[in-house]
Amino acid sequence: MTQSDLYIWGIIAALGLGTWLIRFSFIGLIGDRALPEWVLRHLRYTPVAVLPGLIAPLVLWPRATEGETDPARLAAAGVALALGVWTKNVIATVFGGMGTLYLVQYLLG
Amino acid sequence: MSSTRSAYWRGFRAGAPFVLVVAPFGLLFGVVGTEAGLDLAQVMGMTVLVIAGAAQFAAVSLLVENAPTVIVLATALAVNLRMAMYSAALVPHLGGAPLWQRAVAAYFMVDQSYAVSILEYERRPQMSRAEKVAYYFGVVSPVCIPWYASTWAGAVLGGRIPPEFALDFAVPVTFIAMVAPALRTLAHVAAAATSVAVALALALLPYNLWLIAAAIAAMAVGARVELWMRRRGTWT
Repeated sequence: MTQSDLYIWGIIAALGLGTWLIRFSFIGLIGDRALPEWVLRHLRYTPVAVLPGLIAPLVLWPRATEGETDPARLAAAGVALALGVWTKNVIATVFGGMGTLYLVQYLLG
Repeated sequence: MSSTRSAYWRGFRAGAPFVLVVAPFGLLFGVVGTEAGLDLAQVMGMTVLVIAGAAQFAAVSLLVENAPTVIVLATALAVNLRMAMYSAALVPHLGGAPLWQRAVAAYFMVDQSYAVSILEYERRPQMSRAEKVAYYFGVVSPVCIPWYASTWAGAVLGGRIPPEFALDFAVPVTFIAMVAPALRTLAHVAAAATSVAVALALALLPYNLWLIAAAIAAMAVGARVELWMRRRGTWT
């Protein structure tokens, strides 16, 4: 990370304020007015719309290998996805994924 | 015991099991944030001020890539947009509370405090406003306090974990763990698949614009598929 401390604190403050405003929006400001159905329908998908796109390049072209596709990381992501869908257990998924990464890295030397 | 106090403790007991989810997660954020180059105060500052795991991981991941400020903020806040939905859902229950209580409740609005409280309010509609507020803060206590503590432990530990542990990859794996359980319907799966496809196809766009394009396309696809499923009567 190369940004200045002041810049990082600025990001933290902006994120803190922005997130609080999102949370406060209805119970604090807008009150009992109902959201239009189409807005709710889009909001429902924000996490599954943002996070997969954010990590896809990190899985396929990891920084740690300078962008070269790494079989261990691909396997780890695949196992994590399967475990996550199957168990719905966050902790088991994280450990299973990282365990796979270490195992494949070890096997491939 | 007064009814508000017993409501608080009922909420506390309902929130307590989430310690098992929140603590490892906070620990991981502390480790990942420190590895990324944040100092202890910045890691704690983010955890205390933002208090939203997925958005914090997203912000750190983009800061490491030197993404433009607008992209860092837009992405992390987009991850938190779902909380507007929680806020709207809580209006009938907490909307009449004093302003300062609503301001504090907003600060502590996380997936668990929303989900657990709303279930209880629907189960016991006869609860008074004060009991509902007390219950909410009961749920929040065992969720948010361990979040701060475990982040701190992770940040202190973080600098001591050697690079062989490939912690760079803890972030993608954590996101997969968070998203996978949300792939409940065809619409969610279609949105996630669109997000991945667009992000990879447009990866060469500057300023991480591929991410914004992927998110917008994926939300539109999710909403369309949901509409289509509703018309066919396959939406539950």
